[in-house]
Amino acid sequence: MAGVVTAAPATATGPAAVPQGPGAGAVPWLLLMPATAALVLLFVLPIGYVLLLSFTDPQVSLAHYQRIFAVPLYTRILFNTFATSLTVTVICLLLAYPLAYVISRRNDWISLTLLICVAVCFWTGFIVRTYAWLVILGNKGPVAAVWQGLGFGAPPQLLFTSFASTLGMTHILLPYMVLALYSVMKKIDPNLLRAAASLGARPNAAFRAVFLPLSLPGVVNGSILVFTICLGFFVTPILLGTPKDMMISQLVNQQIEELLAWGFASAIAVVLLVATSIVLAIYNRFVGLDRLWG
Amino acid sequence: MSDSYLRLRNIVKSYDGISNAVDDISIDIAKGEFITFLGPSGSGKTTTLMMIAGFEDPTRGTIDLDGKDLTAQKPYQRNIGMVFQNYALFPHMTVAKNVAFPLRMRGAPRADIGRRVAEALELVGLSRFSERHPRELSGGQQQRVALARGLVFRPDVLLLDEPLGALDKNLREQMQVELKRIHREVGITMVYVTHDQTEAMTMSDRVAVFNHGRLEQVAPPLEVYGRPLTRFVGEFIGDSNFLQGRIEAGANGKLSIDGIGPVCEASKLGAGAPAGPVHVLIRPERLRLIGTEPRPDLVATVQMRVEGTVNYGDSLLVMGQSGRIPLRVRIAGMESGDVREGGTISVGWRADDMHLIAGS
Repeated sequence: MAGVVTAAPATATGPAAVPQGPGAGAVPWLLLMPATAALVLLFVLPIGYVLLLSFTDPQVSLAHYQRIFAVPLYTRILFNTFATSLTVTVICLLLAYPLAYVISRRNDWISLTLLICVAVCFWTGFIVRTYAWLVILGNKGPVAAVWQGLGFGAPPQLLFTSFASTLGMTHILLPYMVLALYSVMKKIDPNLLRAAASLGARPNAAFRAVFLPLSLPGVVNGSILVFTICLGFFVTPILLGTPKDMMISQLVNQQIEELLAWGFASAIAVVLLVATSIVLAIYNRFVGLDRLWG
Repeated sequence: MSDSYLRLRNIVKSYDGISNAVDDISIDIAKGEFITFLGPSGSGKTTTLMMIAGFEDPTRGTIDLDGKDLTAQKPYQRNIGMVFQNYALFPHMTVAKNVAFPLRMRGAPRADIGRRVAEALELVGLSRFSERHPRELSGGQQQRVALARGLVFRPDVLLLDEPLGALDKNLREQMQVELKRIHREVGITMVYVTHDQTEAMTMSDRVAVFNHGRLEQVAPPLEVYGRPLTRFVGEFIGDSNFLQGRIEAGANGKLSIDGIGPVCEASKLGAGAPAGPVHVLIRPERLRLIGTEPRPDLVATVQMRVEGTVNYGDSLLVMGQSGRIPLRVRIAGMESGDVREGGTISVGWRADDMHLIAGS
């Protein structure tokens, strides 16, 4: 890696790059340069700095990490982050599976319409969608209006609850789950289900014995995507949720914005990063990261 | 055939309500018969098979099996096995599990399942592979697993949808022999769909030739080859020369062929040669190369300019023109000595080398 980085100035001066070796060997490295430089500058260095801060700010110690796992408030936030992510993942899966099934099995205007809906949802910025929930669930929003119109009295507090934040995250991450499932389900040969039927399997049995097991890679992919994105989710919980049921990224934000505790915030961020990496490592061990996007 | 087991009556299938993919097909298939649906793609043969399996509903018509009406039954209610071109093995199950699948779906006792799976794998010669997954097997082996799976539950009929289409030539021939052996051993009724005329000729008890959603002819292979009912059948199966001719009216009416002239009396051609325009079919191997000695047995001889030859080793295919009539002649390898491109040869044929089909 170091050699690649030092090669950068040489290429900038032109001819100096040539004596380094045969041109054919150098070209692939040159092509890798911009991306590598960007990654190092914007990714490796900042994360390295965060890691450094977590051990050294204000003085060299493991105190921040001890605190995260010793203070009940923080362990609760850690637990809450994992529990919320799991909830969102399960709800997404339950909602997305039938949807993806219909989209992948039918080949008509219904499946096309549904697929377009999912894709539009996917392409709409998640901040826009989060603000939409702010309006929908707000005091003067449609939900409150309907509630009052039906004569139930004062509407319940919806906004700034864990319910709202879970709902918002589920909505935002649903397309990921649908598309992950769809890409796997679409590849299941329809003849397999025909074969199952010809062999005497009723539709339910054929689904359980053939379709469901073959769709499991999609279930795993979608769940990993949704779960890992959810672990570090920031905007939606902070806009729709409550500080009482804080998620880990909210805690990081709070430590920096309100307390200027850079060292402790860095340590929390590192814990989040490690947790996400562990999930992905388990996935990589059993499935392979290269298959995450279908 | 009189003893009808699987009976299709006036089957029509239309997807768009305007044109018919299958257009009024009726056929009787005997128990234990090996029948082949042969035709070009889009001729309706696969659609017909899908309707027998129950994957497609006929727009009109009925399907009976052993006297019981199947038409309204779901695929899983019919006791009909199916082998697909792409094998359609369940990739997440071992070979043994694949073969056990139909037995499990029928709730067979566990001990029974083990024994019958072993028997079925024995039948197709794959006993050693029972714990492998389909992706670990070659195409031919996968197709044999599919065959075992389609047979293990003793279906009333086994449908095969171009099962050898994905295999290379040598393997295909091997599997043809294998399939015939299994058919003999099991004695099950098989309906085999293919567009490959060689497969149809070598394997079938009878061949049903499909074209444009209709049945052109249903007959044993040699009859379909030797006495096609329509020009389409004659051209689709085997190599052919079609000449245009006419039979004159009257008791001693002569057959004359356009561009060649009168050939022989129509009475020599057997019964059923009505007056009027006819297609004259002469198979390339029935055109005889003639030397200098007189051949009174021939009813016609023509001079033919040789434009091209294809040597098959055991035989030589000669392509050329006689006047404006294109001809294809197939001669045995030993006799092909003085045939060369650009040269001229004499060929002739006997009355019984011709097969007439009415029409123009």
